Amino acid sequence: MSAVIVAEHLLRRLEGEVPVTLIDDVSLSIDRGEFVCVMGPSGSGKSSLLYLLGLLDIPTAGRILLDGEDTSRYQEDELANRRLEKLGFVFQFHFLLAEFTVLENVVLPMRRLGRLDEAAQRARGSELLERLGVADQGGKRPSQLSGGQRQRVAIARALANDPLVVLADEPTGNLDSAAAANVREILRTLTRDLGKTVVAVTHDAAFAAAADRCIGLVDGRIRAGWQGPAARPASASPGPASVSPDAPAPAGDVP
Amino acid sequence: MRIELGVALTHLTSRKRQTLVSLTGVVLGVAFFLAVSSLMRGSEKDFISRLIDNSPHITLSDEYRAPDVQPAELRWPGAAVQISHVKPQSETRGIRGYREKLAFVESLPGVRAAPVLVGSAVLTFAGRLQAVTLSGIVPAKMKGVSTIEQKMTDGSLDALAVNPNGIIIGRTLADRFSLRLGSTLSVVAPSGASRAMKVVGIFRTGNAAYDQEQTFALLKRAQSLLDRPNRANRFVIQLADPYAAREVALRIEATVGYKAVSWVEASEDILSVLLVRNIIMYSVVSAILVVASFGIYNTISTIVMEKTRDIAILKSMGFHARDVRQIFLIEGLIVGVLGSALGIAVGIALMRVLAEVTVKPPGVTEVVHLPIWWGGEQYLLATAFALGSCLAAAYLPARKAGRVHPVDILRGAT
Repeated sequence: MSAVIVAEHLLRRLEGEVPVTLIDDVSLSIDRGEFVCVMGPSGSGKSSLLYLLGLLDIPTAGRILLDGEDTSRYQEDELANRRLEKLGFVFQFHFLLAEFTVLENVVLPMRRLGRLDEAAQRARGSELLERLGVADQGGKRPSQLSGGQRQRVAIARALANDPLVVLADEPTGNLDSAAAANVREILRTLTRDLGKTVVAVTHDAAFAAAADRCIGLVDGRIRAGWQGPAARPASASPGPASVSPDAPAPAGDVP
Repeated sequence: MRIELGVALTHLTSRKRQTLVSLTGVVLGVAFFLAVSSLMRGSEKDFISRLIDNSPHITLSDEYRAPDVQPAELRWPGAAVQISHVKPQSETRGIRGYREKLAFVESLPGVRAAPVLVGSAVLTFAGRLQAVTLSGIVPAKMKGVSTIEQKMTDGSLDALAVNPNGIIIGRTLADRFSLRLGSTLSVVAPSGASRAMKVVGIFRTGNAAYDQEQTFALLKRAQSLLDRPNRANRFVIQLADPYAAREVALRIEATVGYKAVSWVEASEDILSVLLVRNIIMYSVVSAILVVASFGIYNTISTIVMEKTRDIAILKSMGFHARDVRQIFLIEGLIVGVLGSALGIAVGIALMRVLAEVTVKPPGVTEVVHLPIWWGGEQYLLATAFALGSCLAAAYLPARKAGRVHPVDILRGAT
């Protein structure tokens, strides 16, 4: 399988009176169709790494190849275009636009891209909602939905422009365990059925079980074998910066 | 529908009350702009039309703009010739060959002209004296160039044509001398010649000095009385288009040689005062719109602050800074366009009301309506100012929104 995201010696430092290094010399490669989770303690730079991989932030040094394209030479607008075409985001908070209906929220990225005509956009939007099991919620406002439903709508929106990679930042962080399991399962099926690549930042150890591999991050560096607080040391597993997908999930987190 | 427009509309409708307040600011701004501008411009037009109607568009007099060139200067052009104490040649004053010149002036398109011989005379009646300006006119032509016919309270200009010894006087003089139609008075010319003349008309212009000192007689009668046979010393010229006066005056002067003064030239000072007045008025009324734009700035700033998460998500989705900026500029534009449209409607209503208002200047019997100008350029000006200030007000928050860095917001939210 070909690598869809390659990061080479990423460095992200916040300048200021006290410079803070968020990401320190991270290199990694993510293949097409992989379900990768990024884990680590709070402040380890998980989200910062995700923002860099998602071209939302620009590394202080190092470069990211997205779909074989070196993105380090791009300006803000070109990065935005890559995000629009090749990436989809899911955040801990759904970030749906409150004044738009669910369907309109899903259609928004398609309208920005403008490749489909209006009817086709709506058709695709409905199709995505149906795939995520919220087809009957299309006409409602996000505020009328439950947390799990909102997150599914957010996933539908992330999929709107048929991205290569879906980047999820704590997608289940705000959900109860049943809804979290549901969202996790959906992300899992994205890779299995649609061939999407999913990179998820999470605290949820159950993700480790669902993921193809897990990247452990501590203090902005990749820490080999780190599996998250709950998964230790039952399967002190091998492999640099990765953990086998069949690592057992802690009992308490499974619905 | 453009996606930016859609987002902008939902923003505005999500803050209905605040949007309404800033919209009201623009509506009132535009409406007051129009009301004040229509009044000021109306009074200006009224003033100018009075100026134009009550004075000739062009007056051609028997004078030259520059003194005659002396023969010595003609003989040695460019030489250092100094001639002092030159006395003009003594001749019967007036426009030489006025009939041909009048014919030429009248041949110009859209031009009506009347010859006048203006001189001084003294009226005596029952032992009382009044120095007056005696204007010899041709009634048929005079009617075409002067509003005096409409100012007649008794008799008419045509009565002059019927009675060669007729004289038309002003109301003030008539009252002072207790004259009525048909009264006979003596007119004494500077040369000493005197003639009994009969009052055949009385006019009232409202200008007291004019109504006392101006009299009209037949041109022929004035010529003989003032001892200037076959002369006129003034052409009173009216134009179909008063605003062409300057060009026509130049053309007439170039051909005829005598000094032709247009109303524009004669009242340059007043026109420049009016211009300054307009500049002051427009800067004051546009200040209203500037103040209104603070409301818009406030509203859009609040929206930007409230919607930073939405902005962050739009940008993470792949919206450019420009797209985000556009959303908020469109919001300003919507308020501006709506505000201008409603403001023009309210303004026109206000102007209608003002046009109905009647005022009675003190000491005047005539009731006058407020002069309202309905001209189109003030609507354009008001709209331009409104849109300009709305866009300027929206620009700052829009720029701020465009600069929102999604990572900062997302990081803060997590």
